[in-house]
Amino acid sequence: MAIDVRIPTILRNYTGGAKSVEGKGDSLSALIDDIDSRHGGIKGRLIQEDGSLHRFVNIYVNDEDVRFTGSLATALKDGDSVTILPAVAGG
Amino acid sequence: MTRYDSLLDALGGTPLVGLPRLSPSEDVRLWAKLEDRNPTGSIKDRAAMYMVQAAEKDGQLRPGSTILEPTSGNTGISLAMVARLRGYRLICVMPENTSIERRQLLEMYGAEIVSSPAAGGSNQAVAVAKQLAAEHPDWVMLYQYGNAANAQAHYEGTGPEILADLPSITHFVAGLGTTGTLMGTGRFLRENVPGIQIIAAEPRYGELVYGLRNVDEGFVPELYDPSVLTSRFSVGSRDALLRTRQLVEVEGIFAGISSGAILHAALAVAHRAVEAGKRADIAFVVADAGWKYLSTGAYAGTVSDAEKALDGQLWA
Repeated sequence: MAIDVRIPTILRNYTGGAKSVEGKGDSLSALIDDIDSRHGGIKGRLIQEDGSLHRFVNIYVNDEDVRFTGSLATALKDGDSVTILPAVAGG
Repeated sequence: MTRYDSLLDALGGTPLVGLPRLSPSEDVRLWAKLEDRNPTGSIKDRAAMYMVQAAEKDGQLRPGSTILEPTSGNTGISLAMVARLRGYRLICVMPENTSIERRQLLEMYGAEIVSSPAAGGSNQAVAVAKQLAAEHPDWVMLYQYGNAANAQAHYEGTGPEILADLPSITHFVAGLGTTGTLMGTGRFLRENVPGIQIIAAEPRYGELVYGLRNVDEGFVPELYDPSVLTSRFSVGSRDALLRTRQLVEVEGIFAGISSGAILHAALAVAHRAVEAGKRADIAFVVADAGWKYLSTGAYAGTVSDAEKALDGQLWA
């Protein structure tokens, strides 16, 4: 079970500069725990103290925003692509 | 009625056109709302006009006032036209990685441009504009990201127009920037069409644009209310370019790159409807035409060439 996780530049200090890392888990929260076990501290930048996703962090599974698919409980399967991005302005 | 007293009166009333070749079936149809048919050629004319009128009504804007606005382009161009016709000075704060056509159009309309750093994208433009506003309390920052008149333009305009043209609508798909189009149109449609799905397509740029120093520098527009949306897609430049080209090649619609991203999300929901065996009438927004993006290389050479050319640019 391998899921590709794309890391934004501002969080690459946790991944030794790697643009993407592999992880596993059948849900987004399990995946985040898994990558945090090898890249200690990254979870704390993604998830707030109350357990919810950080206000200025967006996570997409196969390009779809997880806030609309069950948030941290979003189900994952082998081959899914996860992208983490900071929230930026448009317009 | 196609005669108007002035350009400003020709706002809205844009055509909704079917896409018979790109629609997956007779039961799942795509419809394009051609917002390039507005006075300066983009959907932002609606928000600009409403924001100026609201500021005039409440006395913020008076003859000779100076308007300040952070914008990656289209809102600035719309405001520049309105400001010129109504007699205001306009200062736009714009990220330096936006296309040359946008700068030239702004200058042509007499707007002044303050550049903000490319890294950080529009976040930096917002930060610089807020600082300028604090230093110049007499300037009026309309602030499209938090101005209710932005969404109201779509609640009163875009939404009712689409519903009148397509009473059988099941999905509305638009770009997510200030969130004004989706909030205004989405609220109107939710109030009037039971079960409607409101879908956001958000551009995903090259890495430079996300070059914030830390996560807490992130930005969510004050107008944004996620409860209006059903789902939200992030669309990368390659998919946006492929769809932009498909739109002109297959249906003859010469659209800007953000409209390609919106079409990509519209096709994703169309295919889901086909798989589920459900009927769907999907209206999506063509926010502007392709003219302002010719210099980006988006329409020339291979898609891979175009993708490289767009890296680091704000293409929506």
